Formats: sequence, C-alpha cells, structure tokens
Amino acid sequence: MGARKNTWIAYVFLAPALAVLAVLVFYPLVQGISYSFTDMSQYNMGSKFAPPSYEFIGFKNYSDLFASIFQPESVFRDVIVQTLIWTFTNVFFHFTLGLILALLLNRNIKGKGIYRMLLIVPWAVPSFIAAFSWTWMYNETYGVLNLVLQKLGIGAIPWLGDSFWAMFSVILVNVWLGVPFMMITLLGGMQSIPQSLYEAARVDGASAWRQFWTITLPLLKPVAATSTVLGVIWTFNLFNVIFLVTRGGPVRATEILVTYAYREAFLNWNFGMAATYGVVILSFLLAFTIIYQRMLKTGSNEGVYY
Amino acid sequence: MKKSNWWVHLLLIISSFFAVFPVLWILSTSFKPKSEVFSTELHFIPETFTLENYIHVLTRADGVFLQWMGNSFLIALLTALISLFLSTTAAYAISRFKFKGRGAINYLFFLTQMFPGALLVIPLYKIINGLGLLNSYFGLVLAYATVAIPFCVMMMKNFFDTIPYELEEAARVDGLSHFGTFYRIVLPLALPGVAVTGFYSFITAWNEFLFALTFLSEQKMYTLPIGLQQFVNQFNTDWHYLAAGAIIVTVPVLIIFLWVQRYLIAGLTSGGTKG
Repeated sequence: MGARKNTWIAYVFLAPALAVLAVLVFYPLVQGISYSFTDMSQYNMGSKFAPPSYEFIGFKNYSDLFASIFQPESVFRDVIVQTLIWTFTNVFFHFTLGLILALLLNRNIKGKGIYRMLLIVPWAVPSFIAAFSWTWMYNETYGVLNLVLQKLGIGAIPWLGDSFWAMFSVILVNVWLGVPFMMITLLGGMQSIPQSLYEAARVDGASAWRQFWTITLPLLKPVAATSTVLGVIWTFNLFNVIFLVTRGGPVRATEILVTYAYREAFLNWNFGMAATYGVVILSFLLAFTIIYQRMLKTGSNEGVYY
Repeated sequence: MKKSNWWVHLLLIISSFFAVFPVLWILSTSFKPKSEVFSTELHFIPETFTLENYIHVLTRADGVFLQWMGNSFLIALLTALISLFLSTTAAYAISRFKFKGRGAINYLFFLTQMFPGALLVIPLYKIINGLGLLNSYFGLVLAYATVAIPFCVMMMKNFFDTIPYELEEAARVDGLSHFGTFYRIVLPLALPGVAVTGFYSFITAWNEFLFALTFLSEQKMYTLPIGLQQFVNQFNTDWHYLAAGAIIVTVPVLIIFLWVQRYLIAGLTSGGTKG
C-alpha cells in the first residue's frame, strides 16, 4: 500500500475517470431519478421535431405503485416476491456450492488444475450463449433433459411451460453461470489463510470439521461478505438470463424488477414508470447493502472486489 | 492428508461434468443435421456428422453473421481500450496515494455496481438519441464504458497493490517525475494485469445485451447477442444453426479465458493463487 501523503498528483490521475463517470453514470442517474417524478413516455420525451412535453407529476408514480401492492391481484407485488426468490435462491446456491467446491479444490489432490479449469468453464461461456444452450436443453420435445428423463422412465417436465418449473429453470441456468466465480473468490480467500493455524489446531487435536468452523469460516468472512453482497447486487440487476430464456413468462411468472422495468420502458414506452421501478431497485439494493454490512460489521469493501 | 480421498474425486468429477455438459451438448448439436437435431432419439455423439450448420451460419444473408461478429469485436475492443485508458491512472492513484476522499472515491466505484442498468438505460437512450448515436458503434461504446470503468479501476487497483513500492521510490530518487515513474516503471510491471483487465472488459462488452437491444435497431449494426437472437423464434427456433453460431462465438473467448485464468483470478481476489 502506498504511503505517499496527501498529494495533488493523485487527483490529476483520477480526474479523467471521474469526469467520464460523472457525465456517463452520475448525470444519467440523477436524470433517471428525476424522470420517475414525470409522466415521460416515448411520445412526449421530445425529439428533433417536437419539444419535450412531459410533465412533473410529483410522487404519483410512487403512490400508484404503492397502492397497487395492496390490490388483490397485484402484478407488482408478484414481481417483487419473484425478484426476492430469484435473488436469494441464486446467491444461496452460488455460495454453498461455491464453498463446497472451493473446499474440495483446496485439498492436496491430483489433477487439481484440470478440475479447476473444467469447473470455471461456465464462467467463461458468454451468458447469452449459456441462456440459448439451456433453452435448447429445456425444449420439451427435443431437449436433452426430457429425453434423458424419458429414458429413465420419468415423464417429461414442462421446464419453461409451467410457472414453478420456469422459475426453477431460470434459477438453474444462473446457478450454473455463477458458481465458478464464487468458488474462485472463496478459494482465493482460503489460500490466504496461514497454514500454521491449521497445524496448531491439528496439534491440539481439532477435527477437520472443527477446523472448518473455527478457522476457515471466520477467516473467510471478509471475502465471503463482499462476494455475497456483490452477488446479490448483480443477481438482482441481472437481465440477460431471464429475458433470453423465458422473457418473464409464462404469464409473468419469472418476471423480476429489472425485466419488468425494461418491459415498461421499451414495450409500453412508459419511461416515467420504468424510472420509478429503477429507483425502487436502487433503494432495495442500498438498503440491503447497508443492513448487511452493519450486520457483519465489516464496514469496508477491502479484499475481494467482485 | 494422505487418507483415501476417492470421494473428493468423485464429487469433483460429477461437478465438472455438470459444468461442462451444456457446452458439450451444444457442440454435439452443432454437428448434427437438422433431422437428427429435431429427433426424439437421444444421441450424445452425432450419428451423421455435418458441417452444414456452420456453413449456413457463416454464409447466410451475405455473411451477416460475420458482420455481427465484426461489430461485436470492434465495440468490445473500443470499450476495452477506452476504459483501460481512463481507469489505469485512477486505479494507480487509489492504490498508491493517500489523499483526502480516497475512501469515498473507492466506495463510489463500488456503489456504481448498484445502479440498475434498467434505470440508466432510459437517460442514456435519451442522451445517445440526442447525439444521433443510436445504431452506431460509438454510442454503444459510451454506454459500455459506464459499466466497464468502475470495475476496471477496482481490478487494476488489485494488480497495482502487488507491485513493490520500493521500486517507485528508487525511481523517484533517480529523478523521475510522477508520470515518468508511472509510465516507465509501474506500467510495464503491471502489463499482465492491464492485459487481463482489458480482456475482462472486452468480454463484458462482448456479452452485453440490454443496452445493445435498446440502442441498435438496424440489422447490420447488431452485435452477436442481438443477432443470434434472430434464430430464436417463439415457435420455431433453428437450433441447429443457433448451436453452430454459439460455438463460433464461444470457442475463442473460452480459450483465451482459460489461458489467462490465473491472472484473472489474481486480479479478482487480490491475493496469490497457488497450485
């Protein structure tokens, strides 16, 4: 870590990146938030031929959304529940499977390099390709999964045709995609734990199970905390998989906030409402991150970044 | 640690199988003739081996697939170059200097991860539309830079952290300026890290879907994710062609990815990876 004191040169080095981010991220962010207080749509947003004619409508979008939660048939409420199921199921499996595989790879075994290479393949496959491949495997008539199930005497499963199985299927695709990253970051964390701790524990006669609970897990906490926070953020915002595999269907059963916001913006052309969804997403994530970091009292985001 | 660990191997073999199977299945599909692809017989290895799907994909509609590949490549390359150019010095500053607001700026980069693409896409659409950059390479590159720059900064910082500080002190004593030290001493040492960070932003752009879907409407400007989607039709998807396209897109990325994985992992975990 550098030890140079407060120096102007640092700001010079930072300036270009910060300037670009200000223009391309923070300015649009503020604009996006401001749109959520308007009735902006494709038709009144303004163009070369017509000046913008959308109007400030205060908190109307928010109050409409909030009111819709309490209606008996609320798509918005379903979408929130589905977003939470989608996010936490994914991150739970990313973490547990990633942890198990990292523990296995952290042992002294033959062929470790080959296993690791094979296991990170899903990470290296472009996610849109993964989405296509799985959609093909899920095909009800010709898909390999149903062909195998039928060979085994189990009937075909309507992978993408039934609301439960559709959610199961998109989660499975994303679990497949996301486990390697978690495995690699946790493995990195494990390898930075000093071996001497385990040796001392063995001298004291601690079982492997006890070593895991008293050494590995506690020391893995900073890495695990950061990578699960990022996991939640990324999964919450993930668009590709659901859009390409189910398009939110059947009948919105796999719609999450991000895909729903996209639908509102670019299929219904209702930008004001879509921006409101965006603000809802951002608030969820900010609240989650703050609460989670308080709970773990890690405070910083040192260690693993993403 | 010498106990029999056959069960470790068993678990790893099963997991590896699940990790690799979808790719192998798409590979197998890509070499099957249409009649065998749409058949209820289960063949893991094609009965009749054909290259027809590849030929069709590459030559269809005056080679539009190659055009998409070119678009994707150019956009991804420009994104990688621009974000590297902008993020390297920033990462260096965060890694090496103590200055007011360092923690805050570091956190700011982390915070941008949280901004939903679904929220940014509307104002960006408006900005890019206003600049007349819809359906252009540059419009998309601008949008991708928003995602790529923050994580390039975070990743490069991890690489800079591993370079011994003493080297720079020596260079400074020898009379090199700050920029000279950075440019002549640190950057060459960090070159593997720069390359890997560049590669990572390249594949992020190569994979991106939401912005491309929104900003591109002319078929000849499509990137691969949008173009390949053309094969997918709700009722009648040409899976045999799609599989061939998927393999062409995946193999180069996969090879480079596995080749640089060690450096990639080092950048992501900010720690050495042994064995």
